[in-house]
Amino acid sequence: MSVQTTLDIQAIREQFPLLDQSINGHRLAYLDSTATAQKPLAVLDAMDRYYRTINANVHRGVYQISEAATEAYEGTRRTIGRFIGAKSTKEIIFTRNATEAINLVAQSWGRANLQAGDRILLTVSEHHSNLVPWQLLAAQTGVELDFIELDDQGRLDLSHLDQLLTERTKLVAMTHMSNVLGTINPVERVIAAAKQVGALVLLDGAQSVPHIPVNVQALGCDFLAFSGHKMCGPTGIGVLWARRELLEAMPPFMGGGDMIKRVGLRESSWNDLPWKFEAGTPAIAEAIGLGAAIDFLNELGMQAIHERERQLTHYAWDKLSAIDGLTIFGPPAAERGGLLSFTLAGVHAHDVAAILDTQGIAVRAGHHCTHPLHDIFGVPATVRASFYLYTLEEEIDRLAEALVLARDTFQL
Amino acid sequence: MDDLYRENILDHYRHPRNYGEIEQATIVQHEHNPLCGDQLSIYLLVENERIVDVKFKGKGCAISQASASMLSEELAGKSVDEAKAFDKQTILDLLGIPIGPVRLKCALLSLKTLKAGLYGVNLVDDDEDSL
Repeated sequence: MSVQTTLDIQAIREQFPLLDQSINGHRLAYLDSTATAQKPLAVLDAMDRYYRTINANVHRGVYQISEAATEAYEGTRRTIGRFIGAKSTKEIIFTRNATEAINLVAQSWGRANLQAGDRILLTVSEHHSNLVPWQLLAAQTGVELDFIELDDQGRLDLSHLDQLLTERTKLVAMTHMSNVLGTINPVERVIAAAKQVGALVLLDGAQSVPHIPVNVQALGCDFLAFSGHKMCGPTGIGVLWARRELLEAMPPFMGGGDMIKRVGLRESSWNDLPWKFEAGTPAIAEAIGLGAAIDFLNELGMQAIHERERQLTHYAWDKLSAIDGLTIFGPPAAERGGLLSFTLAGVHAHDVAAILDTQGIAVRAGHHCTHPLHDIFGVPATVRASFYLYTLEEEIDRLAEALVLARDTFQL
Repeated sequence: MDDLYRENILDHYRHPRNYGEIEQATIVQHEHNPLCGDQLSIYLLVENERIVDVKFKGKGCAISQASASMLSEELAGKSVDEAKAFDKQTILDLLGIPIGPVRLKCALLSLKTLKAGLYGVNLVDDDEDSL
């Protein structure tokens, strides 16, 4: 059973060596790409080639392989900039991941620009990575946090947006796509409203950038954070994009080598963008790997990837909602990216995941780093199945069968 | 299917033994496991240094709740000192299934709750990082 896609899924799968293995006597069905995506040969090869042929520190050596390493590292910045519609490579800051990118904004921009009584607007569905950094900033500065709540379908409730956005609101920080509900949030509407009160907008793109076309100019946001490992790249590399004038005015986040221009014993001056925010030897191989991942995604086309995931989500929605006792959280398939979080009545999420594992199916069970959201649902944990460009309908069929097996095993 | 959900585990999960509260309990202890969100309360009635009644209440995954149910059966009639001597292996023997490192916290929640109740502090090291 298969639905139409412009992508050749079998050919894509051949690019992912990890998928070709058995777990507990079954072919691995990897349905946890929202946590981290698998890596194609192009990424593995790019990193391997770097270490085998041009491993050297960047921005320093005047010898050939260091220049080659620098060129490959900085070349990735151009690839990323074009991928998200940045105006300049100066706007692309390498970080460890989306979490570090958000912490950078909180500690650099936040501490320099916010004061007690200022307000930051978040949503109740934020990943801890876009919640805790603002709590830390609030404790340091006296900034107050406000929250957009959800309607009964798990959509953002924007009916009170005008009241939530006050003249004291200096920043809106929100996820572009929920890692639990899968909702692709109507960020354009929030950005337009934020501009009315002069607030900046940070988008957590950890889930959106890997799965849907994202263009920062079209969106009109001010900061965008995302992680390499969720978009077929390696772990340890992420990106902060911000408007150049914001970055120019922001103080450094961390101090050390490479981020300085001149260093004295008691004071120093800072390097130009983007290096002002990249202290110490960066994750060179990982940046190069991320560049290869973006080339890989571009070749397939982000719109095609998004449409494929839509098909998979509709397919999974129909399969899973037919199972007695299964409750899916969040809005209908048409408003989502490629993931479904659900509970199975009477069977704890960790027991569900353990039984799925016996069938070779990898899913996430837990609160997915969104404690407050699970408190709102009134459940301690959910099971999350997530899809990517290599997911097969057949794997979703197996998921549905294994869920019935879990329910029957518990006979509840 | 596999060893983790053997019939006796599921039986204890579906029909927990000694489920409930003891109004006059000598020791009441609540603990939780943030990984699964498992919750457990143990009630002990102690007379002359002997556990004469045990009850527990909780919600969570099958491993955590079966472990508590089995432990409650094992505790009835034991002296406090005998109960203090229960350890990780006691629980693993009771469950009788292979428990991986991730689910160990679920399996040992009952022991952690018992020990915290008996000693008034948490003495159970359920981490796997000892060298």
